Amino acid sequence: MNFDESPEEAAYRAKVRAWIAENAPDMSGLTATERRQWHDKHKDVARVWQATKAAAGYACISWSPEWGGAGGTAIEEAIFGQEELRAGLQFNYFRTGLDMLLPALMEHNKDEASLARVPSAVRGEEIWCQLFSEPASGSDSAGVRCAAVRDGDSWVINGQKVWNSGAQIADYGMLVARTNPDVPKHKGLTVFWLDMKTPGVEVRPIRMMSGDNELNEVFLTDVRLPDSQRVGEEGGGWKVIITTLMNERASLGSGTGLNWRDIIALAAETPSFDGPAIEDPAFREWLADLYVDAEAIRLLSFRTLTSLSKGATPGPEGSAGKLLWSNLAQNLTDKALDLLDHAGLMDDPDEATMNGAFQHRFLWAPGLRLGGGTDEIMKNIIAERVLGLPGDIRVDKNVPFREIPNGR
Amino acid sequence: MNFDYTDEQKALKDEARRFLAAVSPLTVVRAALDNPAEGYDKALWARIGEQGWCGAAIPEEFDGIGMGYVELCALAEELGRSLAPVPFASTVYQFAEALLLAGSPEQKAELLPQVAGGSLIGTLAVSEGPGVLAPDRIATRFADNKLTGVKLPVTDGLAADRAIVLAQSDRGPGLYLVDLTSEGVERSLVSTIDPTRGEAQITFANAPAQPLGTPGEGLTLLSRIQDRAAILVAFEQLGGADRALEMARDYALERYAFGRPIGSYQAIKHKLADVFIRNEVARANAYYGAWALSTDAPELPLAAAAARVAGSNAYLLASRENIQTHGGIGFTWEADCHFFYRRARHLGLILGAPRDWKRRLADRLEQRVALEGQQP
Ligand SMILES: Cc1cc2nc3c(=O)[nH]c(=O)nc-3n(C[C@H](O)[C@H](O)[C@H](O)COP(=O)(O)OP(=O)(O)OC[C@H]3O[C@@H](n4cnc5c(N)ncnc54)[C@H](O)[C@@H]3O)c2cc1C
Repeated sequence: MNFDESPEEAAYRAKVRAWIAENAPDMSGLTATERRQWHDKHKDVARVWQATKAAAGYACISWSPEWGGAGGTAIEEAIFGQEELRAGLQFNYFRTGLDMLLPALMEHNKDEASLARVPSAVRGEEIWCQLFSEPASGSDSAGVRCAAVRDGDSWVINGQKVWNSGAQIADYGMLVARTNPDVPKHKGLTVFWLDMKTPGVEVRPIRMMSGDNELNEVFLTDVRLPDSQRVGEEGGGWKVIITTLMNERASLGSGTGLNWRDIIALAAETPSFDGPAIEDPAFREWLADLYVDAEAIRLLSFRTLTSLSKGATPGPEGSAGKLLWSNLAQNLTDKALDLLDHAGLMDDPDEATMNGAFQHRFLWAPGLRLGGGTDEIMKNIIAERVLGLPGDIRVDKNVPFREIPNGR
Repeated sequence: MNFDYTDEQKALKDEARRFLAAVSPLTVVRAALDNPAEGYDKALWARIGEQGWCGAAIPEEFDGIGMGYVELCALAEELGRSLAPVPFASTVYQFAEALLLAGSPEQKAELLPQVAGGSLIGTLAVSEGPGVLAPDRIATRFADNKLTGVKLPVTDGLAADRAIVLAQSDRGPGLYLVDLTSEGVERSLVSTIDPTRGEAQITFANAPAQPLGTPGEGLTLLSRIQDRAAILVAFEQLGGADRALEMARDYALERYAFGRPIGSYQAIKHKLADVFIRNEVARANAYYGAWALSTDAPELPLAAAAARVAGSNAYLLASRENIQTHGGIGFTWEADCHFFYRRARHLGLILGAPRDWKRRLADRLEQRVALEGQQP
């Protein structure tokens, strides 16, 4: 048990802290709105930052140089990430590609032209999106209906995807399609990657309850892909999906966004009954409970790192971090609005406390409990794969996919 | 950075688990429960003493093994799992820590070797009745090297040979060392929700006592002792919570209702997943505490309060939902579930209730934020 950094780690941290201070993008010219995720100006800053990092050997630090990485350690990568956060640099545009999809591509596709995509993604030239969910296939991620049919050396794809984060700006996507509807659902899936400009791909943004525009519907009409863009075996898509979802949980489980320091700062300046809210005993008791969860998220991500650095892959325990983090986000923003009282209503970035960050996050938090696996699915994973309890009764097991009943 | 026990520590922990499974099965706990007058299992305590565990973190100069605090945490986790009815927490986490922190060279030389060898039981006597302890509510008094007052309840108060007592003096609150066999000390058993760990009322009537540490600084010292003990107790809580969850899981796999195992129902699965998450939160915070304790890091007070809050929350939930998962059988005297329920509450109260520790945690967070504000 050692949370002290080794001298090398401490030196690395000092080095990257200095480098970040010198090279960090200046966002002071952006308005509060322009500083939000998915805003064009914010995205432009993010691209430049990613390229700057890649040039200096700070992008995908733990990947080998062959893939545009720096050949460093998982710990170094984590240290850099922490220093980025500390400097207020939080860009998520490349996460889906770099944390989830491209590792799966590298593992399951040996085609040279396909693999050539990786280094440019590392440099921030290309943004990737995940085209997994469908209107009838969310939690039930093997319930995919989007169909791919073989035609010689290529595939013809028809169907619809939904809830695709960043598809509106993405250059590439990774997609799950059904290649055989006559076998049980998990067995007939195949994964592909595609250029989002491929003819037949149409992206329609969805406006979220937060007012932001991150999610999309993607329609695929006679989209033709060469077989070289297949990721993994034909009919072996489920394996690829599992690789990406495990990586997703591990990545989400480290937790970002508003935290206990922010609510302490708010409580210190917000009046309550007999003084600032920070002095209210009920608030303090709530804060203690929140803190132990927040601290656990941080520490559990260290544990994941410890096992990654020993060569293990992220396991189902990652689900605990994801669940804790998304619920914490909802509790924390609820409490902030409560403290602000009537003024908690205002989310106008020019009027509201902290540019309305709490309100914006309040309207975001419900999505955090859904995206990347809902609370309920995470609990199933913990119950079944960690505790070894029986799987839910499946009425669709061993049934050919085309015979499975469907509702809404 | 390493967020785990080392291989040697794991080996120690495995060995401790095997040992405790052999010498302290739940039948031993039940026997202690049925015989509260004893307050602890003497034979078991002797076996644990022979293992040298009491001296795990006591330096070799005082006849301890001086292994280290992470090792002691690993043992605490296993003791917590086993629910062993022994005065280990009082003697090792509190009494010995108090001596190590503030004992005079003579006090250390006299008492620590006896603790390390398992021949002396010690305890800390703080509480004087209901509610959070406040400096102006300490009625026990120290004057002319004599103590007068009533402490209630005192964990392991009947079993203990010596106690460290919180009392008022002309110079403010202080801690005082008392030989409990001396004149002027009267003790009686008090019935509690966890009879496997004896609690007593101790009356001091001009009992001879000597100061431990600087008189007037007793509350600061107490807080330092309690921080250290809180981390060790958090490991007992974690061990107990893990075992309660395993018990519930095992039962959920065996018990059938409506033609299938109850563990296949989501209401049960999700309940146990919630317990797992609370245990993970407790584990994360406890590990951090272990590191802070073993390195005497400046983060220790903050880490201790977090470990205590998380440990108490987790054990309470795990022990409660273990009974619920067992259904009617879980509520009977015959089933073992109530041992964990009792012990969860016992461990959650012995160093001050979670409510009090949440207040401490909030204080320490504020200090942390203020300190960070001063950094460049
Ligand atoms: C912010 C955000 C970003 C996202 N980004 C992407 C993306 O980039 N790419 C992508 O492909 N998808 C993405 N998603 C989709 C996401 O993966 C799905 O929304 C999620 O898996 C839930 O599926 P669903 O919306 O169809 O809900 P449903 O599956 O219909 O679930 C509805 C409710 O039923 C519950 N439920 C379903 N099955 C069970 C069960 N077996 N047991 C108990 N309860 C159950 C759910 O927990 C939920 O409460 C995103 C979603 C959000 C909100």
